[in-house]
Amino acid sequence: MNQHVDKHSVNASPPARATALQRLLVEKNLLTDSDVHAQIEAADDLSEANGARVIARAWIDPGFRIRLLENATTAARELGIEGPEGKYMVAVENTEQVHNVIVCTQCSCTAWPLIGLPPDWYKSPAYRARVVREARTVLQEMGLAVAHDRKIRVWDTSGDARYVVLPLRPASAADFSEEQLQALVTREAMIGVAEINVGHP
Amino acid sequence: MDGIHDLGGTAGFGAIIVEPNEPAFHHAWEATAWALNMLAISRMRAYNTDAYRHALERMDPSWYLEASYYERVLTGVTTLLVESGVVSLEELEDRAGGPVPLSQPVSPTALPIVDVIATIAAFVPGDVVRVIAASTRGHSRCPQYVRGHVGTVVRVYPLAHYPEARAHSTIKLREHTYAVEFSNRELWDDADPNGTVVIELFEQYLAKEQREQEQQ
Repeated sequence: MNQHVDKHSVNASPPARATALQRLLVEKNLLTDSDVHAQIEAADDLSEANGARVIARAWIDPGFRIRLLENATTAARELGIEGPEGKYMVAVENTEQVHNVIVCTQCSCTAWPLIGLPPDWYKSPAYRARVVREARTVLQEMGLAVAHDRKIRVWDTSGDARYVVLPLRPASAADFSEEQLQALVTREAMIGVAEINVGHP
Repeated sequence: MDGIHDLGGTAGFGAIIVEPNEPAFHHAWEATAWALNMLAISRMRAYNTDAYRHALERMDPSWYLEASYYERVLTGVTTLLVESGVVSLEELEDRAGGPVPLSQPVSPTALPIVDVIATIAAFVPGDVVRVIAASTRGHSRCPQYVRGHVGTVVRVYPLAHYPEARAHSTIKLREHTYAVEFSNRELWDDADPNGTVVIELFEQYLAKEQREQEQQ
């Protein structure tokens, strides 16, 4: 039996296993190396910059904001943004009363076209285990103090919906252009573990 | 499956470590693993995403927790291509230069008996529902932390493939899913009272709760 995993065994390393699988699929004419190369390049299209464009547009265009909250998939498509893990995207809006945060407790589902391939901390067992049970503490540890009278709503991505947080537009960014607003939006803010910060310390 | 992947609410984990300006991939092999899994699903049509998720769930628990995300991805695609006979373990180990670990096999009792699926939504926003999904040895998208608990439907989502059937068979069943909101205190006695968890649940996981119980 090969399936037993032993820390001290001499398993082939993950790079060796990945290379072996690619070679074998190419040898069997099931894929080509250029297929794999093109797929890797396609990952570049999955970027938080797309989500930043959507958020900034929602801040300056009230009609777009309404369409985004009704159907984030078609709203994103208005800006030419779509892709894998983006068939059914849902935007959840932060308010003065409610702060939203996203997780996938059972795997690591994310709205790739808007948030990008998610960072390791989002995929870590610690985040997945803790944020549903103690969101306020987790956010505090990550540098975001949410006032105690502000409700925290955690969205667990357990089905087809892929969430993005629409953060509050900072009052100090009232006269910012759309491009300037885009530059403020971070992956962390769209997941809900950060607010929007104006200016760099 | 009541497995290691079902982490929501599990106690004992420590700080969440954030790497500033983290790239999508740290190593070239991670991008390869991601691309091979994407191509196996979309190009080769070798399996679907529910079978893929279940393959990760079947990793030995201690390995699952220790492995990086992309080692889990690599294990999923490798396991499923070996199990379906697209590649053999011997061929792989020959090219990898050593043992290639795989996930544990699918349980013989993984495929549940599925009731008739209703395509008309049974619940509307505001309905109070209880999670009635039972434990299964196969794939499920109902985590343990909501089982038995009472929440409120806040959104009706479109028809979706029923994961229990799709992971283990070619049976195509779709039903509505719902965003169901639970107060933290409904889920955990010691939780922050000013918070909720909203989770997407399939119709078969839910039953309408009687009003008397709702008001208790």
